[in-house]
Amino acid sequence: MHYALCLMLFMIGLYGVMVKRNLIKIIISLIIMESAVNLFLVMIGYRKDGIAPIMTKGMEAGTFAARAVDPVPQALVLTAIVIGLGVTAMTIAIAMRLYERYGTYDIKEMRKLKG
Amino acid sequence: MQIIPLFVAIPLGAAFFIPMIGRKNPRLSDTLANITTLALLLMALSVIGKSGVYWMGGWVPRLGVPLGINLVLDPVSVFMLITITLISFLVTVYSIQYMDKFTAKARFYSLFLLMVAGMNGVALTGDLFNLYVFLEIASIASYALVAFGCQHEELEASFKYLILGSVGSTAILFGIGIVYAMTGSLNMAQIANVIGGDLKAIHLFAVALFISGFGLKAALVPFHAWLPDAHPSAPAPISAMLSGVLIKTIGIYALARVMFNVIGLTPLTSYILLVLGTLSMVVGVLLAMGQDDIKRFLAYSSISQVGYVVLAIGIGTRFAIAAGLFHLINHAVFKSLLFLNSGAIEYSTGTRDLNKMGGLRDKMPVTSTTSLIGSMSIAGIPPFSGFWSKLLIIMAAVQAERYGFAAWAAGVSVLTLAAFMRLQRKAFFGEPKEAYADAKEAPASMQVSMVCLAVLCVVMGFLWVPQAKDTLLIPAAKVLQEGLNYASSVLGM
Amino acid sequence: MSNGMTPIVKTITGWVKGFILVFGIYIVLYGHLTPGGGFAGGVIIAMTFVLITLAFGKDEALKRFRIGIASELDSVGALMFLVIALLGIAGGLGGTFFTNFIAKSNPGEPYSLMSAGTILLSNIAIALKVGSSLFLVFILLVMTKVLYREPGEKP
Repeated sequence: MHYALCLMLFMIGLYGVMVKRNLIKIIISLIIMESAVNLFLVMIGYRKDGIAPIMTKGMEAGTFAARAVDPVPQALVLTAIVIGLGVTAMTIAIAMRLYERYGTYDIKEMRKLKG
Repeated sequence: MQIIPLFVAIPLGAAFFIPMIGRKNPRLSDTLANITTLALLLMALSVIGKSGVYWMGGWVPRLGVPLGINLVLDPVSVFMLITITLISFLVTVYSIQYMDKFTAKARFYSLFLLMVAGMNGVALTGDLFNLYVFLEIASIASYALVAFGCQHEELEASFKYLILGSVGSTAILFGIGIVYAMTGSLNMAQIANVIGGDLKAIHLFAVALFISGFGLKAALVPFHAWLPDAHPSAPAPISAMLSGVLIKTIGIYALARVMFNVIGLTPLTSYILLVLGTLSMVVGVLLAMGQDDIKRFLAYSSISQVGYVVLAIGIGTRFAIAAGLFHLINHAVFKSLLFLNSGAIEYSTGTRDLNKMGGLRDKMPVTSTTSLIGSMSIAGIPPFSGFWSKLLIIMAAVQAERYGFAAWAAGVSVLTLAAFMRLQRKAFFGEPKEAYADAKEAPASMQVSMVCLAVLCVVMGFLWVPQAKDTLLIPAAKVLQEGLNYASSVLGM
Repeated sequence: MSNGMTPIVKTITGWVKGFILVFGIYIVLYGHLTPGGGFAGGVIIAMTFVLITLAFGKDEALKRFRIGIASELDSVGALMFLVIALLGIAGGLGGTFFTNFIAKSNPGEPYSLMSAGTILLSNIAIALKVGSSLFLVFILLVMTKVLYREPGEKP
């Protein structure tokens, strides 16, 4: 059920990317899509009453294994967020340059290319 | 097999090292970049016929279950590494003089080598998430390289490419998340073991996400909108890299690896590949015929030629896959050559419009001759490599009793010939135009690179002679065709 | 932007900026024992400078952390990480990329600072890389003035 909500969020982002005309709104839609996927990855690793997957002094290996959450999705999300940060920074930089050239954020008015 | 991680480590290190020392001295960054790519090419040639699995940090699998991250060198990876390093070396040679007109040469080489590192990583990795990371490294570097000129067209194309590419990456990441949730592993071999060809609806959803994600990266036809803008806008060496290697590595290779070796091919997915391939083939060449911008024309023709490769892979017999890989490396060679030619024309005349050119044959003999060889090769004229690979793909389609697809492939080949004859006639033959009376031949480094690629256009045809075929193409096709046996060969080694 | 915010913000920032920096360094150094690590710590370190930029304006921040230095540190961090990984081949007992060669030859006391071998060094490298590049991304986006220029105008 929760996963369906992730998919919905993903689709909302996709809708925004496809339909919106403003560069900034497209970037925000892209961020929404990335967040949806990150949320999905975090939810895969969710465990009720779980503890952080870090062994501390005096903890028994058995209880640790029984209660710790899966660390892999968290590592994935961290990496995905970093990549998302890089992509977003890149997009914003290009959008700023585009504004410099065209004086607008409206994608319909950028018509130097045919396609 | 200590050499395996160096394929990623060397370009990555050089990418960070060059801007540190090369900012003041462009010649130093030229030298370093060329040494790096030459070293990579030699390394790739030295691993022909070898295979091995490399576990990072010595975390070898226990009881057949992988613990750490691995790099897998198998015949397909070797094949891709050779394609990537060959083209990237010749492109760096070309860049020495072509990139002189841009200011930030050290940055250019830095991004270029980052892209090479990403592609080598994609070709080598045995871990699904690392595949995504390397794919993003290569993609982000290519977004920046497309926008390198910072003019209207470049920025617009780069934005479009960036948005669509990121949507593709997000879809791939979503697919990886689903696969991880279902199998509890990210190691490709372990995933193949767990799924074992038993696909449920949720797996098919992941397959759909993978096809759309990698399809966006490979610019297959319903997802191709960004390519004809992005590839022409980049500087010519980068266009050659993007069209020649990048879409194949992060698109087709990654798609084939995931479909064949990780999730397992079903009749449905292979039929989807066939249809997408044919669609790209036909639509690409039809759209190419109406283009007046030489680089846009070449970009559309890339879509069409990539369609051939996907079609061959979709047929799925060992013969067909080998033919597809053969066409992949051939296309890498002749499409890079044609893009470098277009760069040379732009360098001398300052235009990309076919209607404004004409009669360049006397002014630029080397460019003209190499371009003619490239065009004949891509159009499938007999002694050149493109003829052999297209013939083999059509033969494979007939052998697999896919007569309709074989007919399409043959028809598109004729259309390609017509399209490239128009290119040759408009650009190099006909009346010389007044405006370009003082057009000169391109500088030496650009000529060297173009001549090497033109020679390769002929030499590549010999890849299908029995000895070369059995060391390079057939083992690679075997790995893909045997599908899920990949798991046992990786974990058992 | 150049004048910064109100005196209240400036005063508070002056008090807390040192603590934030020290906390970031702590997160980096103890990344292998507690939650955190090179990435999280690097982000916190970068945030110190982002806070200074927001409160005092970009000139004040650039006085403390010049762009040239940040750019060099960015490359140094990446190269340091790569060298640590490559030393695994050269000096490691198992002799593979990323081998934790210090921990193999000299395993420390568990739960103490010097217990994880190369992980501590890698965390420091990552912190350098992340801290400087995040600061660079922020400051470059802040510094760029977005102005529309007529086609003929020179930038």
